[in-house]
Amino acid sequence: MNRIDQRFATLKEQGRTALIPYITAGDPAPEHTVGFMHALVEAGADVIELGMPFSDPMADGPVIQKACERALKHHVRLSHIFDMVSEFRRRDSETPVVLMGYLNPMERMGLHDFAEQAAGSGVDGVLVVDMPPEEADEVAPLFKEYHLQSIFLVAPTTSESRAATICAHGEGYLYYVSLKGVTGAATLDVSEVDRHLEPLRRLTSLPLCVGFGIRDGDTAAAVAQVADGVIVGSALVSRIADNCERPERATEELKALLSEMRHALDA
Amino acid sequence: MTKFSDLTRLPDARGHFGPYGGRFVSETLSFALEELEKTYLSLRDDPDFQAEFDRDLAQYVGRPSPLYHAERWSRQLGGAQIWLKREDLNHTGAHKVNNTIGQALLAKKGGKPRVIAETGAGQHGVASATVAARLGLKCDVYMGAEDVERQKLNVYRMHLLGANVIPVESGSRTLKDAMNEALRDWVTNVDDTFYIIGTVAGPHPYPMLVRDFNAVVGREARRQSLEQIGRLPDTLIACVGGGSNALGLFYPFVEDDEVRMIGVEAGGDGVETGRHAAPLSANAPRGVLHGNRTYLMSDEGGQVLETHSISAGLDYPGVGPEHALWKDVGRVEYVAANDSAVLEAFRELTHIEGIMPALESAHALAHAKVLAPTMRPDQHIVVNLSGRGDKDILTVAKIDGVEF
Repeated sequence: MNRIDQRFATLKEQGRTALIPYITAGDPAPEHTVGFMHALVEAGADVIELGMPFSDPMADGPVIQKACERALKHHVRLSHIFDMVSEFRRRDSETPVVLMGYLNPMERMGLHDFAEQAAGSGVDGVLVVDMPPEEADEVAPLFKEYHLQSIFLVAPTTSESRAATICAHGEGYLYYVSLKGVTGAATLDVSEVDRHLEPLRRLTSLPLCVGFGIRDGDTAAAVAQVADGVIVGSALVSRIADNCERPERATEELKALLSEMRHALDA
Repeated sequence: MTKFSDLTRLPDARGHFGPYGGRFVSETLSFALEELEKTYLSLRDDPDFQAEFDRDLAQYVGRPSPLYHAERWSRQLGGAQIWLKREDLNHTGAHKVNNTIGQALLAKKGGKPRVIAETGAGQHGVASATVAARLGLKCDVYMGAEDVERQKLNVYRMHLLGANVIPVESGSRTLKDAMNEALRDWVTNVDDTFYIIGTVAGPHPYPMLVRDFNAVVGREARRQSLEQIGRLPDTLIACVGGGSNALGLFYPFVEDDEVRMIGVEAGGDGVETGRHAAPLSANAPRGVLHGNRTYLMSDEGGQVLETHSISAGLDYPGVGPEHALWKDVGRVEYVAANDSAVLEAFRELTHIEGIMPALESAHALAHAKVLAPTMRPDQHIVVNLSGRGDKDILTVAKIDGVEF
């Protein structure tokens, strides 16, 4: 069984909510990423989303844009990211890793090479932000061949017929974008999220994970009332941004924030 | 082999032009794009909508724009006759207004109180601010901080028209970054905002509808050629950044196999130097940016490259997906003109014909200057003079060492 499915099966048995942190690979510098990943697992991460930096991250707000810029200053490439995941796998064979990013760097590498090397390094799933299922004809069979799960986004604006298409293509979990906007944007309304998740439950048995707007233990716990998992990105990445010159401090702050969320979820 | 007559039937139902185009956007925008597509397809063949569009083009924009025989310049070049399609004479000074009139009508039909736009040279921003003023819509224009600096006059024009210009500091601080920021705004405010994209790029249905709104240029030029030349021209030339003025001119001629078409990209310091904005001429790899697949200047890691051009309006690393297909099937030839040749053409047309072209349009003129002498005097070239050069006076003055 794929690590993602395995992890969600276990969480379901335990009656726990998944905690899914996001960081950008290579931010603030490539040598810190694997350490951050282990720290996140120690603090209670169930799945790690690892961002593939892109020069034009059009679905991201300023926090993750700047993270991409910091990583790209070090010329972080997909091959480096696969090395990071391989290194992570030496000490952690269980925590699922999902790569999240934009299509262009993957296409430039070659989709087949991307799938092969991602799978070879121990990646479990891929979320391509600018590739809705309608445009996944080329990618989907390659991911299937290499047992990479295709994670898709669902938004508040997604119509029911589109949601059905997405649910039919989605694997691993569904990433529900809690609000209209870019990553790192304002606050979210839990009852509104619930209203949108409810019809999705009728369409799919995939775990429903919610991202965008989750910044601390309280917002995480509130979302956990209605979701199977919470995804936190910009709040973590801004801790890295605040401590670019002090990676140990960044590690401590990442752990502190994620632990706070873990406790809030498990309380 | 694609027959040229098949080219007018594109895009397909999913917005693809062969391997190009498509709708590569994050999920939040999918619904808005589906809605826009539905609205546009229902209005495209609606006689009332067309009549309103045509009336605005006639009475507000001042169409048809003339086809002008540049006799003196043709004589000096000593070859083919050069005809200028005078889009510079449109209200707001460029072809851009054809599209903003059309999209503003769509915004109005959709009941959106706010429009946003991205702009490079500022022409599309001005054209958007203009139609927004006329329809009483709130208008925010995203513009790369570098372009805000080099196109100060247009920035102030937009301000006078009541638009809010938002300088974009991220990335290379030019057109592509303005488009990123406009897309981010749209994702956030999709309920009450209409995004007026200024070129034949972006996610489906934008490349199609921007083309359709600009095709009036080619329809007029075709009719005027028959009237004034007595036959179709031998060659069409237009500059290509995103490619909206070129598509507008070329599209109605696509099935006229005997008409040669040439798109002129921004060669910057020279395609061989890497400092340019000419993805087609440089044979850039295929890539995905701003919602469509096309030729895209990116490095080996797939990161989008910074571009270089004297003209802010062509300073874009990609190109409309329909151009990408037309290159592949060989319907249109794509070449590049370097900054120095562009400046020379700018000065020459100004001196000899008393017409000051936009630096963007001067790319097309620069190639006409090369091509005309290789042709006979009984042959005819139509060049799309897509915009006027007033906005570029400060840029040229700076090159001349003149300060105000």
